[in-house]
Amino acid sequence: MVGGRTPRWIIGFAVPILLLGVWQAVSGAGFVSPAILPSPLLVITTLVVMAQSGEMAQAVGATAFRMAFGFFLGAGAATFLGGLCGASAQARALLDPLIQALRSVPSLAWVPLFILWLGIFEASKITLVAVGVFFPVYLNLVSGIANVDRKLLEVGRVHGFSPLRRLVRIQLPAALPAYVVGLRGGLGLGWMFVAAAELLGATNGLGFILDDGEQTGRPERVLAALLLFGLCGKLTDWALATGGRKLVSWQDIAKA
Amino acid sequence: MPYPLTIAGLEKSFAGQTVLGPINLDLEAGTITAIIGRSGSGKTTLLRCLGSLEQPSAGTITIGDGKVTASDIGYVFQEPRLMPWLSVAKNAGFGLGHLPKPARDLAVAEALAVVGLPGAGTLLPKQLSGGMAQRVALARALAPRPKLILLDEPFSALDPFTREQMQDHLLHLHGHYGATMVLITHDMDEALALAHRVIVLDGPPGRIIGDFAPALPHPADRTSALFFEWKRRLTALFSHRDLAAELANAL
Repeated sequence: MVGGRTPRWIIGFAVPILLLGVWQAVSGAGFVSPAILPSPLLVITTLVVMAQSGEMAQAVGATAFRMAFGFFLGAGAATFLGGLCGASAQARALLDPLIQALRSVPSLAWVPLFILWLGIFEASKITLVAVGVFFPVYLNLVSGIANVDRKLLEVGRVHGFSPLRRLVRIQLPAALPAYVVGLRGGLGLGWMFVAAAELLGATNGLGFILDDGEQTGRPERVLAALLLFGLCGKLTDWALATGGRKLVSWQDIAKA
Repeated sequence: MPYPLTIAGLEKSFAGQTVLGPINLDLEAGTITAIIGRSGSGKTTLLRCLGSLEQPSAGTITIGDGKVTASDIGYVFQEPRLMPWLSVAKNAGFGLGHLPKPARDLAVAEALAVVGLPGAGTLLPKQLSGGMAQRVALARALAPRPKLILLDEPFSALDPFTREQMQDHLLHLHGHYGATMVLITHDMDEALALAHRVIVLDGPPGRIIGDFAPALPHPADRTSALFFEWKRRLTALFSHRDLAAELANAL
Protein backbone atom coordinates (compact mmCIF):
# COMPACT_ATOMS: atom_id res chain seq x y z
CA MET A 1 0.00 0.00 0.00
CA VAL A 2 1.37 3.40 -0.96
CA GLY A 3 0.52 6.57 0.95
CA GLY A 4 -0.67 6.71 4.54
CA ARG A 5 2.08 7.92 6.86
CA THR A 6 5.06 6.97 4.69
CA PRO A 7 6.82 10.17 3.60
CA ARG A 8 6.62 10.73 -0.15
CA TRP A 9 10.41 11.05 -0.60
CA ILE A 10 10.84 7.54 0.81
CA ILE A 11 8.21 6.19 -1.58
CA GLY A 12 10.14 7.85 -4.42
CA PHE A 13 13.17 5.69 -3.63
CA ALA A 14 11.27 2.39 -4.00
CA VAL A 15 11.49 2.03 -7.79
CA PRO A 16 15.17 3.13 -8.12
CA ILE A 17 16.19 0.68 -5.37
CA LEU A 18 14.25 -2.09 -7.12
CA LEU A 19 15.94 -1.28 -10.45
CA LEU A 20 19.34 -1.20 -8.72
CA GLY A 21 18.64 -4.66 -7.32
CA VAL A 22 17.69 -6.00 -10.75
CA TRP A 23 20.77 -4.35 -12.29
CA GLN A 24 23.08 -5.89 -9.64
CA ALA A 25 21.43 -9.30 -10.11
CA VAL A 26 21.75 -9.16 -13.91
CA SER A 27 25.43 -8.10 -13.88
CA GLY A 28 26.25 -10.39 -10.92
CA ALA A 29 24.82 -13.42 -12.77
CA GLY A 30 26.99 -12.55 -15.78
CA PHE A 31 24.07 -12.16 -18.22
CA VAL A 32 25.63 -8.99 -19.64
CA SER A 33 29.32 -8.29 -20.25
CA PRO A 34 30.85 -5.72 -17.82
CA ALA A 35 32.21 -3.95 -20.91
CA ILE A 36 28.57 -3.16 -21.78
CA LEU A 37 26.93 -2.89 -18.36
CA PRO A 38 29.23 -2.79 -15.34
CA SER A 39 27.74 -3.68 -11.94
CA PRO A 40 26.38 -0.93 -9.67
CA LEU A 41 29.15 -1.79 -7.24
CA LEU A 42 31.82 -1.00 -9.88
CA VAL A 43 30.09 2.29 -10.69
CA ILE A 44 30.04 3.21 -6.99
CA THR A 45 33.71 2.25 -6.65
CA THR A 46 34.52 4.44 -9.66
CA LEU A 47 32.65 7.34 -8.03
CA VAL A 48 34.61 6.84 -4.78
CA VAL A 49 37.91 6.80 -6.68
CA MET A 50 36.90 9.94 -8.61
CA ALA A 51 35.96 11.66 -5.35
CA GLN A 52 39.22 10.68 -3.64
CA SER A 53 41.38 11.80 -6.54
CA GLY A 54 39.62 15.16 -6.71
CA GLU A 55 38.47 14.46 -10.27
CA MET A 56 34.82 14.54 -9.24
CA ALA A 57 34.99 17.95 -7.58
CA GLN A 58 36.96 19.35 -10.51
CA ALA A 59 34.52 17.96 -13.10
CA VAL A 60 31.39 18.94 -11.20
CA GLY A 61 32.86 22.38 -10.53
CA ALA A 62 33.68 22.99 -14.21
CA THR A 63 30.23 21.84 -15.38
CA ALA A 64 28.42 23.75 -12.62
CA PHE A 65 30.32 26.92 -13.50
CA ARG A 66 29.26 26.71 -17.19
CA MET A 67 25.75 25.82 -16.18
CA ALA A 68 25.38 28.61 -13.60
CA PHE A 69 26.89 31.26 -15.87
CA GLY A 70 24.76 30.15 -18.85
CA PHE A 71 21.62 29.87 -16.75
CA PHE A 72 21.86 33.36 -15.32
CA LEU A 73 22.76 34.80 -18.72
CA GLY A 74 19.87 33.03 -20.49
CA ALA A 75 17.33 33.57 -17.72
CA GLY A 76 18.38 37.21 -17.34
CA ALA A 77 17.99 37.96 -21.05
CA ALA A 78 14.68 36.05 -21.16
CA THR A 79 13.38 37.96 -18.14
CA PHE A 80 14.26 41.32 -19.66
CA LEU A 81 12.88 40.56 -23.13
CA GLY A 82 9.89 38.58 -21.78
CA GLY A 83 8.98 41.46 -19.45
CA LEU A 84 9.35 43.96 -22.28
CA CYS A 85 7.29 41.94 -24.79
CA GLY A 86 4.71 40.97 -22.17
CA ALA A 87 4.15 44.54 -21.07
CA SER A 88 4.32 46.40 -24.36
CA ALA A 89 2.31 45.45 -27.44
CA GLN A 90 4.72 47.48 -29.59
CA ALA A 91 7.76 45.64 -28.23
CA ARG A 92 5.95 42.34 -28.74
CA ALA A 93 5.11 43.23 -32.35
CA LEU A 94 8.72 44.25 -32.94
CA LEU A 95 10.64 41.46 -31.20
CA ASP A 96 8.41 38.43 -30.70
CA PRO A 97 8.29 37.24 -34.36
CA LEU A 98 12.11 37.25 -34.50
CA ILE A 99 12.43 35.42 -31.17
CA GLN A 100 9.83 32.84 -32.24
CA ALA A 101 11.70 32.33 -35.53
CA LEU A 102 14.99 31.84 -33.68
CA ARG A 103 13.23 29.30 -31.46
CA SER A 104 12.59 27.16 -34.53
CA VAL A 105 16.35 26.74 -35.06
CA PRO A 106 17.44 23.55 -33.23
CA SER A 107 19.61 24.90 -30.44
CA LEU A 108 22.50 22.53 -31.17
CA ALA A 109 22.63 23.90 -34.72
CA TRP A 110 24.10 27.08 -33.24
CA VAL A 111 27.23 25.22 -32.12
CA PRO A 112 29.37 25.75 -35.26
CA LEU A 113 28.56 29.45 -35.32
CA PHE A 114 29.27 29.88 -31.61
CA ILE A 115 32.60 28.09 -32.02
CA LEU A 116 33.48 30.28 -35.01
CA TRP A 117 32.51 33.45 -33.21
CA LEU A 118 33.48 32.67 -29.64
CA GLY A 119 36.16 29.99 -29.90
CA ILE A 120 36.16 26.48 -28.50
CA PHE A 121 36.64 27.42 -24.86
CA GLU A 122 34.19 28.59 -22.21
CA ALA A 123 32.35 31.39 -24.03
CA SER A 124 30.78 29.15 -26.70
CA LYS A 125 29.67 26.54 -24.12
CA ILE A 126 28.16 29.13 -21.81
CA THR A 127 26.37 30.78 -24.73
CA LEU A 128 24.91 27.44 -25.81
CA VAL A 129 23.57 26.84 -22.29
CA ALA A 130 22.15 30.38 -22.24
CA VAL A 131 20.32 29.73 -25.53
CA GLY A 132 18.82 26.53 -24.10
CA VAL A 133 17.67 28.32 -20.94
CA PHE A 134 16.37 31.39 -22.75
CA PHE A 135 13.36 30.02 -24.65
CA PRO A 136 11.35 28.26 -21.92
CA VAL A 137 11.84 31.22 -19.57
CA TYR A 138 10.91 33.77 -22.24
CA LEU A 139 7.84 31.86 -23.46
CA ASN A 140 6.48 31.22 -19.98
CA LEU A 141 7.01 34.79 -18.87
CA VAL A 142 5.36 36.28 -21.97
CA SER A 143 2.39 33.92 -21.71
CA GLY A 144 2.18 34.48 -17.93
CA ILE A 145 2.00 38.25 -18.45
CA ALA A 146 -0.43 37.93 -21.38
CA ASN A 147 -2.78 35.76 -19.32
CA VAL A 148 -3.00 38.04 -16.27
CA ASP A 149 -6.62 38.36 -15.19
CA ARG A 150 -8.22 41.39 -16.87
CA LYS A 151 -10.02 42.12 -13.60
CA LEU A 152 -6.74 42.65 -11.76
CA LEU A 153 -5.48 44.94 -14.53
CA GLU A 154 -8.63 47.03 -14.13
CA VAL A 155 -7.71 47.61 -10.50
CA GLY A 156 -4.50 49.18 -11.78
CA ARG A 157 -6.48 51.27 -14.26
CA VAL A 158 -8.80 52.72 -11.63
CA HIS A 159 -5.71 53.65 -9.62
CA GLY A 160 -4.25 55.42 -12.67
CA PHE A 161 -1.18 53.15 -12.99
CA SER A 162 1.31 53.86 -15.79
CA PRO A 163 2.28 50.88 -18.02
CA LEU A 164 5.55 50.45 -16.07
CA ARG A 165 3.79 50.59 -12.72
CA ARG A 166 1.19 48.12 -13.99
CA LEU A 167 3.97 45.76 -15.07
CA VAL A 168 5.80 45.93 -11.74
CA ARG A 169 2.80 45.94 -9.40
CA ILE A 170 0.41 43.58 -11.20
CA GLN A 171 1.69 41.77 -14.29
CA LEU A 172 5.06 40.50 -13.06
CA PRO A 173 3.82 39.24 -9.67
CA ALA A 174 0.80 37.61 -11.33
CA ALA A 175 3.07 35.94 -13.90
CA LEU A 176 5.41 34.61 -11.19
CA PRO A 177 3.94 31.06 -11.13
CA ALA A 178 4.39 30.73 -14.92
CA TYR A 179 7.86 32.27 -14.63
CA VAL A 180 8.93 29.70 -12.03
CA VAL A 181 7.68 26.91 -14.35
CA GLY A 182 9.75 28.50 -17.15
CA LEU A 183 12.86 28.69 -14.95
CA ARG A 184 12.53 25.01 -14.07
CA GLY A 185 12.08 24.10 -17.74
CA GLY A 186 15.06 26.30 -18.62
CA LEU A 187 17.17 24.66 -15.93
CA GLY A 188 16.39 21.20 -17.33
CA LEU A 189 17.33 22.30 -20.84
CA GLY A 190 20.43 24.04 -19.46
CA TRP A 191 21.74 20.74 -18.08
CA MET A 192 20.97 19.08 -21.42
CA PHE A 193 22.92 21.74 -23.31
CA VAL A 194 25.90 21.81 -20.97
CA ALA A 195 26.27 18.06 -21.50
CA ALA A 196 26.02 18.54 -25.27
CA ALA A 197 28.55 21.41 -25.21
CA GLU A 198 31.04 19.39 -23.19
CA LEU A 199 30.57 16.31 -25.37
CA LEU A 200 31.36 18.39 -28.44
CA GLY A 201 34.73 19.45 -27.11
CA ALA A 202 35.94 19.97 -23.58
CA THR A 203 39.01 19.12 -21.53
CA ASN A 204 37.16 18.98 -18.24
CA GLY A 205 33.64 18.66 -16.81
CA LEU A 206 31.16 15.82 -16.55
CA GLY A 207 30.59 15.78 -20.32
CA PHE A 208 34.32 15.27 -20.78
CA ILE A 209 34.19 12.22 -18.46
CA LEU A 210 31.27 10.86 -20.55
CA ASP A 211 33.34 11.27 -23.71
CA ASP A 212 36.48 9.94 -22.09
CA GLY A 213 34.61 6.84 -20.80
CA GLU A 214 33.33 6.14 -24.27
CA GLN A 215 36.71 6.68 -25.98
CA THR A 216 38.59 4.50 -23.50
CA GLY A 217 35.94 1.78 -23.29
CA ARG A 218 35.13 2.31 -19.59
CA PRO A 219 31.33 2.33 -19.26
CA GLU A 220 31.60 2.63 -15.46
CA ARG A 221 32.96 6.17 -15.98
CA VAL A 222 30.11 6.95 -18.37
CA LEU A 223 27.56 5.68 -15.84
CA ALA A 224 29.28 7.53 -12.98
CA ALA A 225 29.14 10.79 -14.97
CA LEU A 226 25.49 10.16 -15.86
CA LEU A 227 24.72 9.61 -12.20
CA LEU A 228 26.47 12.87 -11.27
CA PHE A 229 24.59 14.75 -14.02
CA GLY A 230 21.30 13.34 -12.70
CA LEU A 231 22.20 14.23 -9.12
CA CYS A 232 23.23 17.81 -10.02
CA GLY A 233 20.10 18.29 -12.14
CA LYS A 234 17.82 16.94 -9.43
CA LEU A 235 19.47 19.01 -6.68
CA THR A 236 19.27 22.28 -8.62
CA ASP A 237 15.69 21.57 -9.67
CA TRP A 238 14.77 20.80 -6.06
CA ALA A 239 16.39 24.08 -4.93
CA LEU A 240 14.55 26.04 -7.62
CA ALA A 241 11.24 24.28 -6.93
CA THR A 242 11.57 24.90 -3.18
CA GLY A 243 12.48 28.56 -3.70
CA GLY A 244 9.72 28.90 -6.30
CA ARG A 245 7.13 27.40 -3.97
CA LYS A 246 8.05 29.98 -1.33
CA LEU A 247 7.75 32.78 -3.89
CA VAL A 248 4.26 31.69 -4.96
CA SER A 249 3.02 30.48 -1.58
CA TRP A 250 0.22 33.05 -1.91
CA GLN A 251 -1.48 30.89 -4.53
CA ASP A 252 -4.74 29.39 -3.31
CA ILE A 253 -4.29 25.94 -4.83
CA ALA A 254 -4.92 22.40 -3.68
CA LYS A 255 -1.87 20.64 -2.23
CA ALA A 256 -1.01 17.67 -4.41
CA MET B 1 -14.65 68.23 -0.06
CA PRO B 2 -16.79 65.62 -1.85
CA TYR B 3 -17.29 66.08 -5.59
CA PRO B 4 -20.56 66.69 -7.42
CA LEU B 5 -21.06 64.76 -10.63
CA THR B 6 -22.67 65.89 -13.88
CA ILE B 7 -23.48 63.51 -16.71
CA ALA B 8 -24.67 65.10 -19.95
CA GLY B 9 -25.88 63.18 -22.99
CA LEU B 10 -23.83 60.11 -22.10
CA GLU B 11 -24.09 57.25 -24.57
CA LYS B 12 -22.19 54.01 -24.95
CA SER B 13 -22.21 51.65 -27.92
CA PHE B 14 -20.49 48.33 -28.46
CA ALA B 15 -19.96 47.24 -32.08
CA GLY B 16 -22.47 49.80 -33.30
CA GLN B 17 -25.12 48.65 -30.83
CA THR B 18 -26.18 51.32 -28.32
CA VAL B 19 -26.34 49.77 -24.86
CA LEU B 20 -26.67 52.92 -22.80
CA GLY B 21 -28.07 56.37 -23.05
CA PRO B 22 -28.56 59.10 -23.55
CA ILE B 23 -28.14 59.67 -19.81
CA ASN B 24 -28.43 63.12 -18.19
CA LEU B 25 -27.87 63.32 -14.47
CA ASP B 26 -26.70 65.76 -11.80
CA LEU B 27 -25.56 64.27 -8.50
CA GLU B 28 -25.10 66.44 -5.46
CA ALA B 29 -21.80 66.38 -3.60
CA GLY B 30 -21.75 64.20 -0.50
CA THR B 31 -24.86 62.18 -1.32
CA ILE B 32 -25.36 58.46 -1.87
CA THR B 33 -27.10 57.68 -5.15
CA ALA B 34 -28.26 54.15 -5.90
CA ILE B 35 -28.71 53.10 -9.51
CA ILE B 36 -30.97 50.09 -9.80
CA GLY B 37 -32.21 48.13 -12.76
CA ARG B 38 -32.49 44.72 -14.30
CA SER B 39 -29.52 42.84 -15.72
CA GLY B 40 -28.61 44.38 -19.09
CA SER B 41 -30.02 47.78 -18.22
CA GLY B 42 -26.56 49.35 -18.49
CA LYS B 43 -25.92 50.00 -14.79
CA THR B 44 -22.40 48.61 -14.77
CA THR B 45 -21.58 50.20 -18.14
CA LEU B 46 -22.62 53.58 -16.72
CA LEU B 47 -20.40 53.09 -13.67
CA ARG B 48 -17.49 51.88 -15.79
CA CYS B 49 -17.80 55.09 -17.86
CA LEU B 50 -17.74 57.13 -14.64
CA GLY B 51 -14.62 55.24 -13.49
CA SER B 52 -12.86 55.69 -16.87
CA LEU B 53 -12.88 51.93 -17.48
CA GLU B 54 -14.97 52.55 -20.61
CA GLN B 55 -14.77 55.46 -23.00
CA PRO B 56 -18.23 56.97 -23.61
CA SER B 57 -19.34 56.97 -27.26
CA ALA B 58 -20.96 60.39 -26.76
CA GLY B 59 -21.60 62.91 -24.00
CA THR B 60 -19.57 64.26 -21.14
CA ILE B 61 -18.91 63.40 -17.52
CA THR B 62 -17.81 66.21 -15.24
CA ILE B 63 -16.54 65.23 -11.82
CA GLY B 64 -15.92 68.07 -9.37
CA ASP B 65 -14.04 70.91 -11.01
CA GLY B 66 -12.97 68.62 -13.84
CA LYS B 67 -9.36 68.40 -12.63
CA VAL B 68 -9.61 64.94 -11.14
CA THR B 69 -6.75 62.53 -10.39
CA ALA B 70 -7.08 58.75 -9.99
CA SER B 71 -6.82 59.00 -6.21
CA ASP B 72 -9.88 61.29 -6.15
CA ILE B 73 -12.07 58.39 -7.30
CA GLY B 74 -12.50 55.12 -5.44
CA TYR B 75 -13.90 52.08 -7.26
CA VAL B 76 -15.29 48.98 -5.57
CA PHE B 77 -15.93 46.06 -7.91
CA GLN B 78 -18.51 43.31 -7.66
CA GLU B 79 -15.70 40.94 -6.60
CA PRO B 80 -12.92 41.94 -4.19
CA ARG B 81 -10.21 41.72 -6.90
CA LEU B 82 -7.45 41.65 -4.29
CA MET B 83 -3.89 40.99 -5.42
CA PRO B 84 -3.43 37.44 -4.11
CA TRP B 85 0.33 37.90 -3.56
CA LEU B 86 -0.10 40.94 -1.29
CA SER B 87 -1.07 41.02 2.37
CA VAL B 88 -4.31 42.68 3.43
CA ALA B 89 -2.41 45.83 4.48
CA LYS B 90 -0.57 46.02 1.15
CA ASN B 91 -3.81 45.46 -0.75
CA ALA B 92 -5.48 48.22 1.23
CA GLY B 93 -2.57 50.54 0.41
CA PHE B 94 -2.44 49.49 -3.26
CA GLY B 95 -3.35 52.94 -4.56
CA LEU B 96 -1.11 54.82 -2.14
CA GLY B 97 2.24 54.30 -3.86
CA HIS B 98 2.63 58.06 -4.23
CA LEU B 99 2.66 58.61 -0.45
CA PRO B 100 5.71 58.27 1.82
CA LYS B 101 5.65 55.07 3.91
CA PRO B 102 4.58 56.62 7.27
CA ALA B 103 1.62 58.41 5.64
CA ARG B 104 0.73 55.25 3.71
CA ASP B 105 0.83 53.08 6.84
CA LEU B 106 -1.36 55.58 8.68
CA ALA B 107 -3.94 55.72 5.86
CA VAL B 108 -4.02 51.91 5.61
CA ALA B 109 -4.41 51.45 9.36
CA GLU B 110 -7.26 53.97 9.39
CA ALA B 111 -9.03 52.42 6.39
CA LEU B 112 -8.74 48.89 7.83
CA ALA B 113 -10.06 50.10 11.19
CA VAL B 114 -13.01 51.83 9.52
CA VAL B 115 -14.01 48.64 7.68
CA GLY B 116 -13.66 46.65 10.91
CA LEU B 117 -10.45 44.77 10.09
CA PRO B 118 -7.88 46.46 12.33
CA GLY B 119 -5.85 43.32 13.10
CA ALA B 120 -5.97 41.64 9.71
CA GLY B 121 -3.13 43.51 7.98
CA THR B 122 -0.72 40.58 7.75
CA LEU B 123 -3.23 38.04 6.38
CA LEU B 124 -3.16 36.93 2.75
CA PRO B 125 -6.33 37.15 0.59
CA LYS B 126 -6.60 33.34 0.49
CA GLN B 127 -7.10 33.39 4.26
CA LEU B 128 -10.12 35.72 4.10
CA SER B 129 -13.85 35.00 3.94
CA GLY B 130 -15.87 36.61 1.13
CA GLY B 131 -17.12 39.36 3.45
CA MET B 132 -13.65 40.11 4.81
CA ALA B 133 -12.17 40.23 1.30
CA GLN B 134 -14.84 42.68 0.19
CA ARG B 135 -14.16 44.84 3.25
CA VAL B 136 -10.47 44.94 2.26
CA ALA B 137 -11.58 46.00 -1.23
CA LEU B 138 -13.60 48.79 0.40
CA ALA B 139 -10.57 49.79 2.48
CA ARG B 140 -8.46 49.89 -0.71
CA ALA B 141 -10.96 52.25 -2.33
CA LEU B 142 -11.22 54.42 0.79
CA ALA B 143 -7.54 54.65 1.78
CA PRO B 144 -6.65 57.43 -0.71
CA ARG B 145 -9.62 59.41 0.77
CA PRO B 146 -11.42 59.75 -2.58
CA LYS B 147 -13.98 62.46 -3.16
CA LEU B 148 -16.16 60.17 -5.26
CA ILE B 149 -16.67 56.45 -4.60
CA LEU B 150 -18.16 54.20 -7.28
CA LEU B 151 -19.54 50.88 -6.06
CA ASP B 152 -20.55 48.17 -8.53
CA GLU B 153 -22.89 45.74 -6.74
CA PRO B 154 -20.25 45.39 -4.05
CA PHE B 155 -22.27 43.13 -1.79
CA SER B 156 -24.16 41.00 -4.30
CA ALA B 157 -21.97 37.93 -3.78
CA LEU B 158 -22.39 37.96 0.01
CA ASP B 159 -24.89 36.09 2.15
CA PRO B 160 -27.88 38.16 3.40
CA PHE B 161 -26.52 38.57 6.94
CA THR B 162 -23.07 39.72 5.85
CA ARG B 163 -24.65 41.91 3.18
CA GLU B 164 -26.75 43.80 5.73
CA GLN B 165 -23.69 44.17 7.97
CA MET B 166 -21.70 45.54 5.03
CA GLN B 167 -24.49 47.98 4.18
CA ASP B 168 -24.31 49.33 7.75
CA HIS B 169 -20.54 49.59 7.31
CA LEU B 170 -21.02 51.60 4.14
CA LEU B 171 -23.26 54.09 5.90
CA HIS B 172 -20.69 54.37 8.67
CA LEU B 173 -18.01 54.96 6.05
CA HIS B 174 -20.08 57.62 4.36
CA GLY B 175 -20.44 59.34 7.72
CA HIS B 176 -16.69 59.09 8.30
CA TYR B 177 -15.36 60.08 4.86
CA GLY B 178 -18.32 62.08 3.53
CA ALA B 179 -17.55 61.23 -0.12
CA THR B 180 -20.12 61.31 -2.89
CA MET B 181 -21.13 57.70 -3.54
CA VAL B 182 -22.71 56.05 -6.56
CA LEU B 183 -23.93 52.55 -5.79
CA ILE B 184 -25.02 50.09 -8.46
CA THR B 185 -27.36 47.43 -7.13
CA HIS B 186 -30.25 45.24 -8.19
CA ASP B 187 -31.37 44.95 -4.58
CA MET B 188 -34.19 47.41 -3.83
CA ASP B 189 -33.78 46.97 -0.06
CA GLU B 190 -30.13 47.95 -0.38
CA ALA B 191 -30.94 50.97 -2.53
CA LEU B 192 -33.63 52.21 -0.16
CA ALA B 193 -31.63 51.50 2.99
CA LEU B 194 -28.55 53.36 1.82
CA ALA B 195 -29.34 55.98 -0.80
CA HIS B 196 -30.57 59.55 -0.65
CA ARG B 197 -31.59 59.20 -4.26
CA VAL B 198 -32.62 56.20 -6.33
CA ILE B 199 -32.19 56.21 -10.12
CA VAL B 200 -33.98 53.45 -12.01
CA LEU B 201 -32.49 52.30 -15.31
CA ASP B 202 -34.15 50.04 -17.84
CA GLY B 203 -33.07 48.84 -21.23
CA PRO B 204 -31.29 48.01 -23.40
CA PRO B 205 -30.41 50.62 -24.31
CA GLY B 206 -30.20 51.72 -20.69
CA ARG B 207 -32.27 54.82 -19.96
CA ILE B 208 -33.47 56.47 -16.79
CA ILE B 209 -37.09 55.50 -16.16
CA GLY B 210 -37.30 56.70 -12.59
CA ASP B 211 -35.54 59.21 -10.37
CA PHE B 212 -36.64 59.34 -6.75
CA ALA B 213 -35.47 60.85 -3.49
CA PRO B 214 -37.10 58.69 -0.81
CA ALA B 215 -37.13 60.70 2.38
CA LEU B 216 -36.12 57.75 4.53
CA PRO B 217 -33.95 58.09 7.63
CA HIS B 218 -30.40 56.60 7.52
CA PRO B 219 -29.95 53.90 8.58
CA ALA B 220 -33.43 53.07 7.36
CA ASP B 221 -35.85 51.01 9.38
CA ARG B 222 -36.44 48.18 6.94
CA THR B 223 -39.59 47.12 8.75
CA SER B 224 -41.28 50.52 8.63
CA ALA B 225 -44.43 51.07 6.61
CA LEU B 226 -42.73 53.84 4.62
CA PHE B 227 -39.89 51.53 3.61
CA PHE B 228 -42.41 48.94 2.41
CA GLU B 229 -44.35 51.56 0.57
CA TRP B 230 -41.23 52.67 -1.35
CA LYS B 231 -40.34 49.11 -2.12
CA ARG B 232 -43.85 48.54 -3.48
CA ARG B 233 -43.57 51.58 -5.70
CA LEU B 234 -40.22 50.53 -7.11
CA THR B 235 -41.48 46.98 -7.68
CA ALA B 236 -44.49 48.38 -9.48
CA LEU B 237 -42.19 50.43 -11.68
CA PHE B 238 -40.42 47.28 -12.79
CA SER B 239 -43.60 45.26 -13.18
CA HIS B 240 -45.47 47.87 -15.19
CA ARG B 241 -43.19 50.30 -16.89
CA ASP B 242 -46.14 52.36 -17.94
CA LEU B 243 -46.68 53.18 -14.28
CA ALA B 244 -43.54 55.29 -14.37
CA ALA B 245 -45.31 58.37 -15.54
CA GLU B 246 -48.13 57.83 -13.08
CA LEU B 247 -45.67 57.41 -10.21
CA ALA B 248 -43.70 60.45 -11.23
CA ASN B 249 -46.91 62.45 -11.24
CA ALA B 250 -48.11 61.02 -7.93
CA LEU B 251 -44.81 61.64 -6.14
